[in-house]
Order: sequence, then C-alpha cells, then structure tokens
Amino acid sequence: MINRYAIKRKYRYLPFLLPSAAGVAVFTFLPFADSVRRSFCAAVTGDLVGVNNYKAVFGNEAFGLAVKNTAVFTAVCIPLLIGISFFIAYGLSRVKHIRLIKSVLLFPMAVPTAALVLIWQILFGDSGWINHIITSHGHGAVSFLGSSKAFWVLVGSYIWKNLGYTVLLWLTGIMGVSTSVIDAARVDGANERQVLFRIILPELKPALYTITIISFLNSFKVFREAYLVAGAYPHKSIYLLQHLFNNWFVNMDLDKMAAAAVVVFSVIFAAAVLLQRVWDRKEV
Amino acid sequence: MRKKAAGLPLYIIMAVLCTAVLFPVILAVILPFQAHTELKDTLSPLVNFTGKYSRVDLLPQYPSAENFKELLVYSPEFYRVFWNSLLMVGGILLFQTLVAVPAAWAFARAEFKGRRLLFNVYVIFMLMPFQVTMLSQYLVLDGMGLMNRRLAVILPAVFSAFPVFLIYRGFADIPRDVADSARIDGANEWQVLRYIGLPLGKSGILACVVISFLDLWNMVEQPLTFLRDKALYPLSLYLPTLGADRGELLLAAAAVTLIPAVFVFVIGQEELERGIIASALKE
Repeated sequence: MINRYAIKRKYRYLPFLLPSAAGVAVFTFLPFADSVRRSFCAAVTGDLVGVNNYKAVFGNEAFGLAVKNTAVFTAVCIPLLIGISFFIAYGLSRVKHIRLIKSVLLFPMAVPTAALVLIWQILFGDSGWINHIITSHGHGAVSFLGSSKAFWVLVGSYIWKNLGYTVLLWLTGIMGVSTSVIDAARVDGANERQVLFRIILPELKPALYTITIISFLNSFKVFREAYLVAGAYPHKSIYLLQHLFNNWFVNMDLDKMAAAAVVVFSVIFAAAVLLQRVWDRKEV
Repeated sequence: MRKKAAGLPLYIIMAVLCTAVLFPVILAVILPFQAHTELKDTLSPLVNFTGKYSRVDLLPQYPSAENFKELLVYSPEFYRVFWNSLLMVGGILLFQTLVAVPAAWAFARAEFKGRRLLFNVYVIFMLMPFQVTMLSQYLVLDGMGLMNRRLAVILPAVFSAFPVFLIYRGFADIPRDVADSARIDGANEWQVLRYIGLPLGKSGILACVVISFLDLWNMVEQPLTFLRDKALYPLSLYLPTLGADRGELLLAAAAVTLIPAVFVFVIGQEELERGIIASALKE
C-alpha cells in the first residue's frame, strides 16, 4: 500500500511535464541529436564520411567571411551597447520622470522590423533623405547600405532595438545598491566618482553577467533588419552566419548546415559555461 | 539609491536621446497620412533615381487618409496576411501557454531524478539562436509533411523552452508550505495549480505572453524557412515584399501592423518590465 502510494507520488508530476518534454524532444532535442549524427554523414547517401563535412565548412570561403563578420559584429556592438546603456541608466537614476524615459527606450522592442523597413530605406538609401541633407550642404552622397558603412547602420539598429531592456536591467541593479552604504561613504568624504567606481560598480557584476548573455542572444536577431532591408545577399561587411544558414537552406546544402549548426552550438555552449564559471568564481 | 538633484544638461541629453529613439517611429506614423502627391517626393527617388534625392515633409501639407482607404478597401490580400499573423501568433501564444504552465509547475514543485539535467537541457536550447535548430526542425516538419503550412511555424514555437523558463520563475517564488498545505487539505495537484499556482504565478504568465507576443509579431526567420508560399506569410514577412514602388500602401500597412504591438506594449508594459527582470535572474 505504502509502496503504491510512493510510486503514485513519484509519477504525480508526469502528466504536467509530459506534453512539454515530449514536444521539446520531438521538435528540438532528438532532431538536433540526429543532425549531430548527420554532420558526420554524406547528405545524399547517408554514408559515414567522418569529419569531411567539417573540413568542407571550415574550408568554405563564405563561412570564413560570415564567422569573421559575426564575430566582429558581436565584439563591437555588445561592449558598445553595455557601455552606452550603463551611462544612460546611471544618468536616469539621478533624474525624475524615469518611467516616461524608460517607456520610450523600451518602445523599439515593440516595433516590428517590417514596419520600419521602408523608413530605413528612406533614411539610409543611396537616394535617401540623409543623402539629400548631405548633398544639399555640398558634400558627396554616401552609400550607407552598399558599402562597409552598412556595418555601422546595422550596429546602430541593434543598439536602437536593444537599448531599452539593457538600461532597465542596469537600472534595476543600480537601484538595488544599498542607500545606507552610499550615504556612509559620502559621510566619510567619498566623492561622486569614488562612489561610482568603488561602491556601485562592484555591486553590479551579476547584472553585467546577465546583460552580456541576453544581449548576445539577441544579437542574432539583427538578421531581421539585415535581411528585410538589404536582402539575402547584402554588402559583404554585414554578411552574417544567419545569412549563410539561410542561403545554404535555400540551396539545400544540408550536410554543411548540420556541421555548421554543431559548430555554432558548441561555441555558444562553451561560451555560456565559461561565463558561468568565471561568474561563479567571482561570487565566492 | 538616493536621488540627487540633477542638472539641466542631463535632462537635455535625455530629451535628445528620447527624440532620437522615437524619430523613426514618428516618421512611420506621419508618412502614411500624407497624400500621394506629397509622398511622391519621398518615395519616387527610391524607385527611380534621377538625381533628385528623397525628401520628407515632417508636417504633412494635406493630411489625408487615402493610403489607408486604398489599403483597407482595395487591398483584400492585406486581410488575408493579417489573418495569417493573427492565426499563427494567436495559436502559438494559446498553446505554448497551455503546454508551458503545467511543465513550469512540475519543474517548480516536483523533485525527481534528472530534474536538474532536464531543466538544463531546456535552458541550453533556450540559449541557442534559431539557426542552430533550423535544420533539425526542418527535417522533422518535412518528415511530418507539414512544410509550407502555417502549422509548421506554429508547432515548434508551441514547444519552445523560453515560456517554461519564464513561468517557472514566477512559480518558484511561491512558498512550498502554501501549496503543500492545500494538498494536506485534500486538493489534488491540478487543483493546487488551479487555485494556488495560477493566481500567484499570474504575473509571470502574463509577462511571458507579452514578451512572446512582441517577439512573435516580429517573426521573420521561422516563416521564411518553413513557408514557401507567399500567400501564407505573416505581416512581419509580407510587408517588405511590397517594396518602395508600392510605398504608399506599405506605409499604411506598416502603421496598421504597429497598432496591435503598441496596444500590447501600452497595456502590458509593467508585465514586460517584470518579465525582462525575471528572465535575467541567475539560475
């Protein structure tokens, strides 16, 4: 009797979890495991080809370009976003009307990329409005989307879209720093700068960790802007991994996709584990 | 933190920043109300450049609703696309919540072997960009014969890991004693979820719905991969296909697309902020 009750207890939560776990298994986990296997096989015949797919991927010129661009894009825009949003949050923590400004900064999150595609073209197109202003001041027109400047347009649109929640997360961290500690430091004669660097910043390490992860994950979504504004083959300075996956998919290069997916998975997995390690050590 | 009186320069910086952030959206709201004749200076240089650059009137000379009339009265395909969006986004939101709530409850309440491991699998796949699982999902959907059907966009999203994670956050805050005492009073686990979990975890669920809606209303990658037929596209993918040569229509359609997103943003901003903060907590 007790035994049956224990078993019942043990499986009590199964019906709660089963639909979700089965769905994740069917649509994500098992097929991903299968594509890991596939990455070692030829797409058509299914014969085992060892690391040939990986060699093909790493030898692929487009893959090299896409990896380089994605890495440069990440390395430029994440520190930039984190820095800018910190200064805004620090400034915000010292003004009134925080709510209103926070709403304005968060608003781009709600704006679908598609709703602004034409606006970006009107602003940044070769014959666009900004060029109208530049040329009417006697300067030469600039090709914002058809040259390496496209990279900076994309960085700008990423920061525009992601500024809101990074500011919000910083602000939550800054507001959480204990007032009494800051007041005590001020009484002891600390100036604004010392309060910022010695007291506030060290308290914000956990916020930095999560902001880094979240803004990295969202950096993959700039594909929406890049693809909708500049198409499947944009200027080569913004040809990202996401474009490459999309184009391989269109051409049905499935074995390359499988190998590249495993590579991207491993890199992100390693980065997340590493960040977590670094973070855990600091906490002790 | 104690507030110190801030100087005027800081307010000016904030005002400039807010204007800059809102500027593209302001353009997107002003332009569709301009008449064809006025928009011509803005749009025709984009289509056919003859040395005259695009110009924008920030103050419409003759405000008119003709673009909206053209969209809503003479463009029946717009309704079809709008319906695609509603069907896909609505279907995903409804079913993903129905699936995620009990799963999140189990993760928050149950102690079983492998719970930690399973939860980590959810978190890892939550961290992965779409491109990592794109091929795997395609193979499954193709095997099920679902490719190029709206269900191909809906099904994988229903079982995404993020809602489970976010709703779990809300449930994990409920004190164990509260739920346990209800069980001692004779409630079964579904009743505990219904009468204790749902009311106390409501804000987590709402936050999840708001964040998911804003992201889904903007989805591009999934429909681009899983739908071939443009007649099935949602708004977020269909609008750009209109192009600058049908710019008047595109501007009006973009403004209409903005309405549901702005509506959800305005009524759900508190949930949105709470959800962002909750999703950022370290596990």
